[in-house]
Amino acid sequence: MKAAVIVFPGSNCDRDVQVALTQSLRRLDGGKAPLMVWHKEADFEAVDLIVLPGGFAYGDYLRCGAVAAHSPAMREVVRRAGRGVPVIGICNGFQVLTESGLLPGALIRNASLRFVCRDVTVRVETSQSLFTCKYETGQVIRIPVAHHDGNYVADPDQLERLEGDGRIAFRYCDEAGDPTAEANPNGSARNIAGVFNAEKTVLGMMPHPERLADPLLGGSDGRALFDGLVEALS
Amino acid sequence: MTAAAGAEAITPEMVAEHGLSPAEYERVLEILGRAPNLLELGIFSVMWSEHCSYKSSKIWLKTLPTSGPQVIYGPGENAGAIDIGGGLAAIFKMESHNHPSYIEPYQGAATGVGGILRDVFTMGARPVANLNALRFGEPSHPKTRHLLAGVVAGIGGYGNCVGVPTVGGEVNFDPGYNGNILVNAMTVGLAPRDRIFTSRATGVGNPVVYVGSKTGRDGIHGATMASAEFGEGAEEKRPTVQVGDPFTEKLLIEACLELMETDAIVAIQDMGAAGLTSSSFEMASKGGLGVELDLDCVPCREDGMTPYEMMLSESQERMLMVLQPDKETLARRVFDKWDLDFAVIGRLTDTGRMVLRLHGETVGDLPIDPLAQAAPEYDRPWEPTPAPAPLDAATLPPLEDSGAALLRLLATPDLCSRRWIWEQYDHMVMADTVGRPGGDAGVVRVHASHRGLALTIDCTPRYCQANPIQGGRQAVAEAWRNLTAVGARPLAVTDNLNFGNPERPRVMGQFVGCVQGIGEACRALDFPVISGNVSLYNETNGQAIPPTPAIGAVGLIDDLGQRVDPALKEAGETLLLIGATRGHLGASLYLRDLLGRREGDAPPVDLAAEKRNGDFVRGLIRDGQFTAVHDLSDGGLAVALAEMALAGGLGVELDAAPDDLPLAAWLFGEDQARYLVAARDAAPILAAAEALGVPAAAVGRTGGDALILPGGGPISLGELRRAREDWLPAYMGG
Repeated sequence: MKAAVIVFPGSNCDRDVQVALTQSLRRLDGGKAPLMVWHKEADFEAVDLIVLPGGFAYGDYLRCGAVAAHSPAMREVVRRAGRGVPVIGICNGFQVLTESGLLPGALIRNASLRFVCRDVTVRVETSQSLFTCKYETGQVIRIPVAHHDGNYVADPDQLERLEGDGRIAFRYCDEAGDPTAEANPNGSARNIAGVFNAEKTVLGMMPHPERLADPLLGGSDGRALFDGLVEALS
Repeated sequence: MTAAAGAEAITPEMVAEHGLSPAEYERVLEILGRAPNLLELGIFSVMWSEHCSYKSSKIWLKTLPTSGPQVIYGPGENAGAIDIGGGLAAIFKMESHNHPSYIEPYQGAATGVGGILRDVFTMGARPVANLNALRFGEPSHPKTRHLLAGVVAGIGGYGNCVGVPTVGGEVNFDPGYNGNILVNAMTVGLAPRDRIFTSRATGVGNPVVYVGSKTGRDGIHGATMASAEFGEGAEEKRPTVQVGDPFTEKLLIEACLELMETDAIVAIQDMGAAGLTSSSFEMASKGGLGVELDLDCVPCREDGMTPYEMMLSESQERMLMVLQPDKETLARRVFDKWDLDFAVIGRLTDTGRMVLRLHGETVGDLPIDPLAQAAPEYDRPWEPTPAPAPLDAATLPPLEDSGAALLRLLATPDLCSRRWIWEQYDHMVMADTVGRPGGDAGVVRVHASHRGLALTIDCTPRYCQANPIQGGRQAVAEAWRNLTAVGARPLAVTDNLNFGNPERPRVMGQFVGCVQGIGEACRALDFPVISGNVSLYNETNGQAIPPTPAIGAVGLIDDLGQRVDPALKEAGETLLLIGATRGHLGASLYLRDLLGRREGDAPPVDLAAEKRNGDFVRGLIRDGQFTAVHDLSDGGLAVALAEMALAGGLGVELDAAPDDLPLAAWLFGEDQARYLVAARDAAPILAAAEALGVPAAAVGRTGGDALILPGGGPISLGELRRAREDWLPAYMGG
């Protein structure tokens, strides 16, 4: 499997996700480390997976992800996503995905108005996707968030469609799996932590699976996401 | 000279406004052999400011130990560097941004982080961790909430965006900081041992290159402001505070590190305090050369900026480099890639002078060495701090309910959980944070290895106020203990010495005492000072801050598998107290916050005992003998015990006080050189301690879901957690 990580000026989790993905690739596929694609490049080689990393692309000036959505690399990502190439956006990458129209809704300022960095628990809403195939539906996993603008909003009809089509990937929940208000770190509608596009080939999520993919860092619940992608796409 | 900027004659008022004394101005006249023009006066002013010249502190700083086999660069570079093996160097420094943060907390704190990051990556290191030490006024002061919110948001706003984890630090509240908060920021970076860059310029004719952001009119005279007391209307100095752009800093880090992989750079220096002036002087002075700058080439944010403004601006995110003559194109390509300004603004010369030109005219001409190296140096008069009357714990009212006392203490500003603060800092970016905030020391993995750096900042200002010598020793000893408590080998420190007006003998006496204590402790613990910063004139309306010499420290964990933390792991384990307990309550938090008394001496620091006890604990950590370890400090044994129980979510019962100690002294005494550890099997540990003459005793057992202190009923972990966690969010309004 071949993956590409798009590097925007201001991306700062590009190396982290590269490391986590490389670990899974080495273990399961013997494949190469992901390609790092600079935002000015529109003609990078064909890949099986595109990753939009966390960070502050273009300083997040104007709106988070707004400028990045118009970069040469991103125009190419939108084109390839249209042809069915899987794309995952993590944190800032999720913001870029909503700004570029690949995912519905928007990510606005956290309800607390403060940056929040901590471990949260999320419930895997479906194991029926490339990204979540190594989890059980309903499984509760521990995973860090770190963002200032992770409050997911969409109009009520859109939210109903997402629910009805099974396009909600993760929901903030307590340790028992209940999506309570206390367990919601940012005020997201319906405790949404991640959503799919209609074909489930594009995933945007605020939590950082790459930050808990190594027991030394305090947990490895994030690893199954990368393992699943490698298995599904190899 | 046909200096356009020199048309104006210099008056004594202008000299005073530039913070130069009449005697210092005499020296200016002597060095130049003529009167300076306004630009030149401005340059003298910043170069000879306390902030840049260390004129009041230098003779005392020279007494600190700065060498050791691990030291690559001690003080005098942008940051200090130590060898950590494996071909790597750890490069670190701490710096204050106190005055700007009081005037404009968000930008003041943010640019403090930006500045210290630049000091570290200037030397070729990738920053891997940030820490900060913050001191605010009393919670009831009308400004404290606003300042705390702004400073924390500013530190987070900058550090989170550049993508460097903020992994530790400390916070205190005291009325002594009401009019003058302290914001000390520390950055730690890693560089290849043989690829460290310095500011020593070489090669006459080599191009001097400006990179990064454009120069604006912000921060002019920031260094001079930082070298004066505040009075009423300090907020009017807001225009001297800089505005940070962490996005540009992130690009600058990546661009500089990319260029540093080539052999293009001869010397590099960030533009920090006193901007283009001090960076260019520094580089030329270290290389024994001269420099000619063409100010027409300086990238400016606004039209019509004067040479005075360009040379004194403290606009952020700028660097100055000397390049190899044939590498301009290569370097320009790197900075173009990152969309950063790149301009050749001058050349090195062999004249030993700095010559500034604008529109072809010479607007300034100064000799470099006298200015950079012959800055004034003062031996200020000082008074030793009188020894406080010792406090006899036996005379205190008996402790009625130990549990209630503990709950009250945990809910005080100085002991409550700092979660509200560190959750606003991205402490996990870079995916190497092994020890998160809230433990004794932050731990970051050396990327792609099994080794880790342990990092901490410590200082107990109330000890320094009571007894500067013991307070100075204690700050170093506590930092050393915190590194030891996670299993690290302490390697070196950076210091950030925050004091009041050095022209007052009482304040200068505090400074001298603290430096003496720091020096003694660093020598005894083989813990050299490799970098640092002095911040004086921390006073408002004549009210000096408590002496606050913050010690930032770095240690190495050879195998992260051996790391320990304070969290209790399993029921049925024995708690052991390592180190002697005499029940020292002078200058303690129990005395101050529960009895409302600020008195007594600081706890004495027995440096030989520190070393012996710490080496013992570290050795047994490596042998895997302990399941949890915690350093004892503020609040003593009971507070440490509560923190260990909460971290592990496991109950614990503490034994009765020894017969010769009052209960309060046993529970809340702040004797030094102590650790609380948990172990499955106590006997071999007690035997080993006895053999080495280390005081050690079994003092309790883990188990259950409550904390039980002698002289009190069980406290559920939930109640304990609420006491400790709720104060700060409630104070900050949720």
